[in-house]
Amino acid sequence: MTEQGGLTRRGILGVGAGAALTGAFTGVAGTYAARRAEAAPSPAEAADRYDPAAPVPFHGAHQAGITTPAQDRMHFVALDVTTDDRQQLISTLKAWTRAAERMTAGAEAAPGGVVGGGPYGVPQDTGEAYDLEASGLTITIGFGPSLFDDRFGLADRRPEGFEDLPAFRGDDLDAARCGGDIGIQACANDPQVAVHAIRNLVRIGFGTVSVRWSQLGFGRTSSTSTSQVTARNMFGFKDGTNNLKAEDPAALAEHVWVQPDDVPGKAAWMAGGSYLVARRIRMHIEVWDRTNLQEQEQVIGRTKGQGAPLGQRQEFDAVDLAKKGTDGQPAIPETAHIRLASHEHLKGIRLLRRGYNFTDGSDGVGHLDAGLFFIAFCRDAAKQFVPMQKALASKDALNEYIEHNGSAVFACPPGVRRGGYWGEPLFS
Amino acid sequence: MRIAPAHAVLSAALLLGIAACGGSDSGGGKDTGGAKDTGGAIAVEATDTECKVSRTEAPAGAVEFTITNKGTAVNEFYIYGEGDRVLGEVENITPGLSRSFTVQLSEPGTYQTACKPGMKGDGIRGDFTVTGSTSAAGDTDAKLTAAVTAYEKYVATEADELLENTEEFTAAVKAGDVAKAKSLYAVARSPWEEIEPVAESFGDLDPRIDGREDVVDDGMAFTGYHRLEKDLWKDGLQKDSSAIADQLLADVLQVVAKAKAVELNPLQLANGSKALLDEMATGKVTGEEERYSHTDLYDFAANYEGSKQAIAALRPALQERDPELVKAIDARFAALDEALDAHRKGDGFVSYTDLDAADVKALTVALDAVSEQVAKVAGVVAA
Repeated sequence: MTEQGGLTRRGILGVGAGAALTGAFTGVAGTYAARRAEAAPSPAEAADRYDPAAPVPFHGAHQAGITTPAQDRMHFVALDVTTDDRQQLISTLKAWTRAAERMTAGAEAAPGGVVGGGPYGVPQDTGEAYDLEASGLTITIGFGPSLFDDRFGLADRRPEGFEDLPAFRGDDLDAARCGGDIGIQACANDPQVAVHAIRNLVRIGFGTVSVRWSQLGFGRTSSTSTSQVTARNMFGFKDGTNNLKAEDPAALAEHVWVQPDDVPGKAAWMAGGSYLVARRIRMHIEVWDRTNLQEQEQVIGRTKGQGAPLGQRQEFDAVDLAKKGTDGQPAIPETAHIRLASHEHLKGIRLLRRGYNFTDGSDGVGHLDAGLFFIAFCRDAAKQFVPMQKALASKDALNEYIEHNGSAVFACPPGVRRGGYWGEPLFS
Repeated sequence: MRIAPAHAVLSAALLLGIAACGGSDSGGGKDTGGAKDTGGAIAVEATDTECKVSRTEAPAGAVEFTITNKGTAVNEFYIYGEGDRVLGEVENITPGLSRSFTVQLSEPGTYQTACKPGMKGDGIRGDFTVTGSTSAAGDTDAKLTAAVTAYEKYVATEADELLENTEEFTAAVKAGDVAKAKSLYAVARSPWEEIEPVAESFGDLDPRIDGREDVVDDGMAFTGYHRLEKDLWKDGLQKDSSAIADQLLADVLQVVAKAKAVELNPLQLANGSKALLDEMATGKVTGEEERYSHTDLYDFAANYEGSKQAIAALRPALQERDPELVKAIDARFAALDEALDAHRKGDGFVSYTDLDAADVKALTVALDAVSEQVAKVAGVVAA
């Protein structure tokens, strides 16, 4: 069940004969990889063209940071709104939007923010990103179900079915890591740029919001574009191979973007948006690390080296849930993670996963406090994430090695037009 | 957190001289009585590579610019003073858009204009000359002078109260009346905490009066309020408690004399109001200051009162320069008042040990909100 041969996917495609070589493997490699190799530049070629320092446009029909090729670093913050004043909340959203427009372009959070305020003024920008490039920074905002109570007159604008996630079997949630009126995800290819963005937005928000919890992520675990190679999670496995990709607009419309018909009447502001599900998944790293390779692969359902589905040879080979091994048992065990999470098993349910590895130092007993900060975007959390997580929580073999201790869901409004502000359709 | 002596900072005269420059906000077009620019608005044509300013000279006073973005990138326009200080700016000028703004350039001299296509970098610079004589600065200066006078009076009053309270407290210690001394301890210290930025600025007196055991410098004895706190709440009165009480009173006498003679400037008031809030954030809301008596909320309230008094003294001047800031500070003060009032008990406050994590967070959140606004005051005073 380990990888076949010594060629890596990058190695094959990197020699410039991707199509031919992949073609030679077609008998075992399936048609998907071959089709991709012909239709688009190879991931390695696209990756070579990718400029990690370049800015990502802030404005558009959808918010950036969802189908944007996942950057390497993340800082996520969940906020409680501390004022009851609707106008003050709107003012803060406007101020945040202006600062976000600037920071994503690689500029200071405010004009002359670092040193332009004179010797007696307090710098409006904290300065740690002064000499750094835009670094692909995206800042994505979402509103939690709790924002739609009676404080701001938004109760009748809550999209139907948008509520806190239900409790799942085996959850060990810490209230201090759950929920929030507002969630902000900053992703960048430079960690300091992501932290700078959240730090400055929190600062602008003092008096309107307070930080409920925040999370740093140091490595992407999903590829959200065919231009990216698949990254590995803290279990050492490739994660997100079969993720939805930015290059597949039909699938995004079906699974990620909220469609006008989904949100009739007063919830129409959410059309073009997406729901963000966040779960802090602590991994029992030390226990996993002393688990033998075969067990690890059986738990995940893929080979550790190549990332091929069990029973197949290459990462992008189609997952065949029906295939039997020589022993007559399913090649991908009934309790394997990729089986339970697959859209075949879930009657077509898919999510755009965009999570990050995290390590928050060590816990009090000398174990690594590490895992996956799971982030997924979907068109309807109740119809997509909830059934998937129910399926996983009930029998995923991985449950022995993980624990969900944080949870939140946010409604990310559509993109911002020039001169507009985050969530403008919700408040107008 | 200490205020430097007056001479170490800008002299008040220099400070008030700078005040004449004014107008660091963008679209305000405030006119504080300066000479009018007679030539109408100065046109600026901004492209992705050029920044054409139609006229590069104007008499001192309010100067109006109209910027048109004929490029493809979002542009910005800045007026810089000495040391690249931003005196005015318009941001977010999208391609095709025209924006006007007025900046108060009251001092003759050389300034710089800059367009920043793409909002980044140093921009495309050009010199801009302001001619004529310094325009009148209005009466804000007088208001700042009045602020200093009012605050110095407040400091003197608190100093008297500090002496009176400490006399009572040390007398109880010397009489061996532990219960009475305990009941007087927190209140005796409150005036000190109210004027802390001034009180702690006199050399060794601060560590002798208010030093905590863990921060006493090598070679110095652990004395003052916190030594007596430890005796009263933890160790019981010691052989030298009485001598410590005598020394405390003598040290306080010295501080009182110095505090009543102190000469301050408006910037010190502004920095002091922020320093008190910083003290609350790093020492009081954390429960570190009063580790034996747990009377931290008394100190918290006293620091807060001192900060409010400094802002109150500056208020007329702030109102004139930045009324929005005054409004924001008032709103934040009201929220912190509410959070603190929840912990009042009788004439004082509950013990710090009665606070749970949510209480401490609520106080911290409200304090952060106040501090973020009060931190802007010094910049406005010095503007």
